[in-house]
Amino acid sequence: MIYLLLFFSFLQIGLLSFGGGYAAMPLIQDQIVTTHGWLSMAEFTDLITISQMTPGPIAINSATFVGIKIAGVGGALVATLGCILPSCILVTFIARLYLKYRTVATLQGVLISLRPAVVAMIASAGVSILVTAFWGTGAVTLSGINVVMAVIFLIAFVLLRTGKVNPIFVMLLAGVLKLAAYWLGW
Amino acid sequence: MENKKKILKTLFVSTLYLSAFTFGGGYVIVTLMKKKFVDEYHWIEEAEMLDLVAIAQSAPGAIAVNGAIVVGYKLAGLWGALVATVATIIPPFVIISLISVFYAAFRSNVWIAQLLEGMQAGVGAVIASVVWDMGADVVRTKSPLSIGIMIVSFVATCFFHVNVVLVIVVVAVLGVIRALVAGRRKRS
Repeated sequence: MIYLLLFFSFLQIGLLSFGGGYAAMPLIQDQIVTTHGWLSMAEFTDLITISQMTPGPIAINSATFVGIKIAGVGGALVATLGCILPSCILVTFIARLYLKYRTVATLQGVLISLRPAVVAMIASAGVSILVTAFWGTGAVTLSGINVVMAVIFLIAFVLLRTGKVNPIFVMLLAGVLKLAAYWLGW
Repeated sequence: MENKKKILKTLFVSTLYLSAFTFGGGYVIVTLMKKKFVDEYHWIEEAEMLDLVAIAQSAPGAIAVNGAIVVGYKLAGLWGALVATVATIIPPFVIISLISVFYAAFRSNVWIAQLLEGMQAGVGAVIASVVWDMGADVVRTKSPLSIGIMIVSFVATCFFHVNVVLVIVVVAVLGVIRALVAGRRKRS
């Protein structure tokens, strides 16, 4: 039963993530955190962090991570299979049409419209990650904000906007800064 | 037959390698695929590869997996697609499996917990920066419809917690209508 649930959850993620990269993130959050409660928001954020630092698409990484946590290696296999099945069917189908007729389908036109919505949903997922980082599970108030985390975020953001620093390095730096702050007793 | 076996083997090894050592997501991996299969092996023509990449990017799912499927299918049919897909999945599957074992053991360590917590602020910054770039691209199109879709989708998902699946379906329908109208205008 749990296998079926994992399979269909990740099938949905695979079927509806248009645009690659971060596009799967809001869908993963919806399925894994909101709908099924398989990961807490903090664990989900850890998962995104780990995905950033390892090769492989976020959706496949999540399928493996969540699958193992919920139902062991079998769960990971089932979740990963669910995640790639829509791609296997749709992409093979489109590739077959393309090799026959030599035109890329109107799918691209639809993608142009989806793009802004995908950006907006990534932003929403980003907001919930930041809310967890700044306030934990507490209420979102001005006085309740974790100042150390807010400062680390600002430093990281400014570094990234210079365009000269590797995101993996920035994330590691953020972790080390927090560690230093903890050591200093802030 | 011997030739096909050789193609499958090369396909497996190259996609496995690309998947294991490519950081930075699907867009990077399809670029490297082009380098490998167009520039190095000359198995696919440049213009055709561009169309294949376009297919990988417009179909749903991870771009790296989609890229492996189109290239595999083009080179060796269904078997090619299967071999390339499996090779692409093996590295992240193995790496994340190992990490998840350590994660469970280490997360309760207070120092690791602090490190990971700090990295949450870091990953938040990475996402904020990505959204900044992607959002700027949308604004630069100067299309009121695109910018409107972006604002409404953000407010709906962030403040009203509207389900993301619903947003995608509604906007996709809107996109189909938009594409049809644009196509009709072009014809008349």
